[in-house]
Amino acid sequence: MTRYSFGGDEHLFVECSEEMSLEAFFKSLSMAKGVRESGIRGVTEICPANASFQVKFDPDVIHPDDILKEVQAIEGAAEKAEPVLKTRIVEIPVFYNDPWTHETLMRFRERHQDPTGTDLDYGARINGYGSVDDFVAAHSGSPWFVSMVGFVAGLPFMYQMVERQRQIQVPKYLRPRTDTPRLTVGHGGCFGCIYSVRGAGGYQMFGITPMPIFDPTQTTSYLSDFMVFFRPGDIVKFKPIDRDAYDQAVEDVDKGRFFPPIREVSFDLREFQKDIDGYNAKLEGTLNGH
Amino acid sequence: MAIKVLHHGLATTVQDLGRPGYFHLGIPVGGAMDRFALRAANLLVGNDEGAAGLEAVFIGPKLEFTEDALVAVTGADMPAKVDGVVQPGWSAFKVKAGQVLTFDFLKSGARIVIAVSGGIDVPEALGSRSTYPIGALGGYKGRPLAAGDELPVGKGSLAGEGRTVPEALRRKPGMPAELRVVPGLYWHRVTEQSQENFFADEWKVANEADRMGYRFKGGRKLDFVAREQPFGAGSDPSNIVDSCYPYGSIQVPGGTEPIILHRDAVSGGGYFMVGTVISADMDLIGQLQPHTPTRFVRVTMEEALAARKDRKAALSALRDALA
Repeated sequence: MTRYSFGGDEHLFVECSEEMSLEAFFKSLSMAKGVRESGIRGVTEICPANASFQVKFDPDVIHPDDILKEVQAIEGAAEKAEPVLKTRIVEIPVFYNDPWTHETLMRFRERHQDPTGTDLDYGARINGYGSVDDFVAAHSGSPWFVSMVGFVAGLPFMYQMVERQRQIQVPKYLRPRTDTPRLTVGHGGCFGCIYSVRGAGGYQMFGITPMPIFDPTQTTSYLSDFMVFFRPGDIVKFKPIDRDAYDQAVEDVDKGRFFPPIREVSFDLREFQKDIDGYNAKLEGTLNGH
Repeated sequence: MAIKVLHHGLATTVQDLGRPGYFHLGIPVGGAMDRFALRAANLLVGNDEGAAGLEAVFIGPKLEFTEDALVAVTGADMPAKVDGVVQPGWSAFKVKAGQVLTFDFLKSGARIVIAVSGGIDVPEALGSRSTYPIGALGGYKGRPLAAGDELPVGKGSLAGEGRTVPEALRRKPGMPAELRVVPGLYWHRVTEQSQENFFADEWKVANEADRMGYRFKGGRKLDFVAREQPFGAGSDPSNIVDSCYPYGSIQVPGGTEPIILHRDAVSGGGYFMVGTVISADMDLIGQLQPHTPTRFVRVTMEEALAARKDRKAALSALRDALA
């Protein structure tokens, strides 16, 4: 089922599954970790993605055939490994239906599937929710895996930790916008994202977080060690906040006293699959210090 | 020592050999589009090959020097002038304190590299001085140069004036340009007929061609092998579950216009890719102008590795020639 292909003479591409699932994400992350730990010579970079990963290598050091064999050998071990991930859960405040993404989505309305409403209206309707509030409750009710960090600097792709039939799905804009506010919480296909920088984008826009996730100046308190906040495998729980809480958080960030709640957790895929909502409730309990 | 920017040209950025190691966080390697040109320019002025220089596309900047310096301009054919006097390309020449470096019109190629003895001495960001404008990272204040900027320059030597790179080592794209490609990644998604067409057709560089990617148009639309789209991939047949993108990979959104990702690539996304331009030909892409006729040439992995060896040999010859 796992498919291997070369990206020119410097990249090995490994697709664990054509379709997205938590199992495929977990396998790709485990394999990517296995490749990193195996210390294969000539490997220069490992990039995990949603259901696949990529290994960049130096063909002057290792022949492509040899790296292929070495990575394939890891696949067997990764499949036998316990599907347990030591990671962290972080709470991200989100001001849904905020004025900035609202202004932007109105500005680009003619590029949208439904110019008569907002992105939230549209997302709620096509996913079968009776109201925007119900939709926001679903979006913020269950945690998300950061399944990939990339596209541009520090941008997390996120996959919600619920059964497939509960996955939120929306198409991207008909034509991409030329502008998206920094820190917009967006959604395209089955993936959520947070735009790390201002710029072009095609994902539907649901809200905004006051919490910077990429800071090349490293002046943000919790980004002083490294300029990128997210890592693949992080678990995210969104917390809806109102305008006052948003303004307060922005001020706290500016004054260097904002620290996102973060807890170390161990995630067990098999336990999770036995009782998804129960497992997520436990994760949330850990986040809230219970 | 400093360089005063009197005019920025079109888009002039500080670049070195890039910042590998952060693509898994969406930060691309960056660095000079034409690596060989950067190495050559640096060697000409006595710098380390990986010292930071300036990369200018289509239009050269106007630069005033506050102290004497040795300068070399490589890559595209865009004659440099010192106080109006034309200087040879691919050669080391002197610029005295107070003199102004300008450029004539572009004759061929797309990007020049300007190396200055001592190197452009902006602070390193994640181990590199290369400019990544989207992330406001590296280079001069994380952005392309603007009039009024003052670029710090390191301490260099003025020895070596008149040295030149032998003509045979100055690589230029052919006409049509040929880019060698190893098919793969999601190559199986298009029909056999489209696979043939992709390599048979003549493409042209589109206007949307920059450091992130080069778009091509003019070839026949690719047809897809029918399938039910996998969950999470999106409804268009050219969509995939968002994956990593290799440098040099060729995505074809909607099956119409191929885009080759380059040094400032986005690290991943949801478009299928037909294959990847080999490492030996990446430098060439940076020298393609819009409308350049281009052919994609199918090669095997072994041919890609042989081409890579050839480029290594050329680099050795360059080092020997300028030692």
